[in-house]
Amino acid sequence: MQIQSELNFKPYPISNIQHLNSNSYLLSFQRDFDFHAGQILALKIADADTPRYYSIASGINDPQIDILFNVKPGSTFSPRLAGLVPGDLLQVSSPAGMFLGTAGPDIWIAAGTGIAPFRSMMRSGLSNGKILLQGASAPESLYFAEEFRAALGEAYVPCLSRHSQPGIFHGRVTDYLRQLDQIDTEKTHYLCGSAEMVVDTRDILTERGVPFGKVLAEVYF
Amino acid sequence: MILLGKNLDELEALVRAEEMPSYTGMQLARWLYGSEAASFAEMSNLSKQSRTVLENKYQTGFSEHVKVSVSADGTRKYLFPTGGGRFIETAFMPEARRNTLCLSTQVGCKMGCLFCMTARQGFQANLSAGEIVNQLRSLPERNRVTNIVYMGMGEPFDNTEEVLKSLEILTAPWGFAISPKKITVSTIGLIPGMIQFLEKTRCNLAISLHSPFDEERRKLMPVQHVYPIRDVIRELIRTDAGRQRKISFEYILFRGINDSDGHIREMARLLNKLPCRVNLMRFHPVPNAPLEGADEASLVRFRDALNAKGIIATIRQSRGIDIEAACGLLSTKAMLSK
Ligand SMILES: Cc1cc2nc3c(=O)[nH]c(=O)nc-3n(C[C@H](O)[C@H](O)[C@H](O)COP(=O)(O)OP(=O)(O)OC[C@H]3O[C@@H](n4cnc5c(N)ncnc54)[C@H](O)[C@@H]3O)c2cc1C
Ligand code: SF4
Repeated sequence: MQIQSELNFKPYPISNIQHLNSNSYLLSFQRDFDFHAGQILALKIADADTPRYYSIASGINDPQIDILFNVKPGSTFSPRLAGLVPGDLLQVSSPAGMFLGTAGPDIWIAAGTGIAPFRSMMRSGLSNGKILLQGASAPESLYFAEEFRAALGEAYVPCLSRHSQPGIFHGRVTDYLRQLDQIDTEKTHYLCGSAEMVVDTRDILTERGVPFGKVLAEVYF
Repeated sequence: MILLGKNLDELEALVRAEEMPSYTGMQLARWLYGSEAASFAEMSNLSKQSRTVLENKYQTGFSEHVKVSVSADGTRKYLFPTGGGRFIETAFMPEARRNTLCLSTQVGCKMGCLFCMTARQGFQANLSAGEIVNQLRSLPERNRVTNIVYMGMGEPFDNTEEVLKSLEILTAPWGFAISPKKITVSTIGLIPGMIQFLEKTRCNLAISLHSPFDEERRKLMPVQHVYPIRDVIRELIRTDAGRQRKISFEYILFRGINDSDGHIREMARLLNKLPCRVNLMRFHPVPNAPLEGADEASLVRFRDALNAKGIIATIRQSRGIDIEAACGLLSTKAMLSK
């Protein structure tokens, strides 16, 4: 892992930018570096920008890097990211971060764009024996749902908080966990998303007997 | 427009734009930060015309507390309102030889530390420099404060720009003129903000350590996935920060978690190249946190073992336990009761 003062940025031309829904995008560029599933990149557009971190959403064998991001109202960097077009240059750091996927039978829990590292892990061959809870407000924000359904089958549990749809749990991932009769206290739970989601989910898990040492979280601060 | 939180350059630009005499900028700074004046009307050396312009177009930004809880040990915990019906906490801790003020920098926090009550509020807003310095300016005991610590709600380096501006106002001769040696900013180790802080201020730095082991710290503090403590320390050594200011590490001792001999050895290894000290802290349980504080004997043993390894360690006195001293508890309750 490189430390902040040593983060090397290199320009990469954007190959594609897909508008997924009203405020979410999938940005891609061809890579010439290796990384571990679950790692992050710091991104800048201009040299003077304060870098922001984004999880890599593509697999370790994919030729391109995918970044899933959303534009938050009142924010400054992500709207500029959303304004880029293919051919524009993006300053990309070397891969960093320690929220790494394992081959074990872990439980993945994500909300919103927090699904990104799990997509990387899935596409990197780490989905065997995994259970995934994916939370979103609306169906169009259940990013990569078809890929996850194909890879995980019944072990893929989508949750929609603001829409009810047949076959999909109605509520947040925390509501889903609360209504379970039993929670697996042996497996490691990997959480990714906002601090609020992480803290609420971690509280439920530890209250229900999961040792805190079996809960690992990536917080999108 | 609110004036509290503006630095001298900004006040001078403002008085120029209002076609007031140029020295009014300095006068305003003195009234805002070095006086007891509660309104523009009380700023008696400004011309009547200037005062009228200020009253019509600007607000001072002074904001009184809405609640205070007083502990048996004299600690007073104030609840200050901020924008959007939100609340922040400020603690005034009088002691025999000094009186410390503990400031908040955000409403809630995004960092999700396992042992923290503020984390359970989620993140709601960054405080402006004005809202940060108001916690001193509008404090009833403001003239008794000798030391300031940024250890209240929020992570200071997730709001770096406003925090640095507040430090400029607290330390500048035209501001509160407090020595940077009397101010300590506490962080969990967000490296980019920390580097800016080291470059731009001479204030002291405290870093929340809580475990010297990577895996364990990741479970207590998710930030370790992004900014491992080893990298934070390397950055401090690289910038020679320990010789320019006091650096301390905060360590809450949790029973059976981070209180072993192995932890002592690893802390000694981690910190041996950095002039610093360790503050051992008692844990005051917060609802739902699956952690227990270590007992007094463990604290003393841990301190003595660190000292024997050449690391200066002290046990921090707990303050205001009877008034919900766990950072964030009071404001969480205020928020939930709304
Ligand atoms: C480990 C990690 C992984 C992440 N992965 C993703 C992801 O895959 N997809 C995604 O959508 N989001 C992700 N995020 C969140 C992302 O980094 C941005 O915070 C988010 O996109 C909002 O950015 P913004 O610039 O638009 O918002 P802004 O409100 O402009 O900024 C967001 C944050 O950036 C910092 N910041 C802003 N300005 C400054 C400054 N001048 N100096 C210092 N810091 C400043 C502050 O911490 C601020 O809270 C991740 C965050 C982390 C920590
Ligand atoms: S300990 Fe500090 S950084 Fe961590 S969640 Fe609490 S307020 Fe935020």
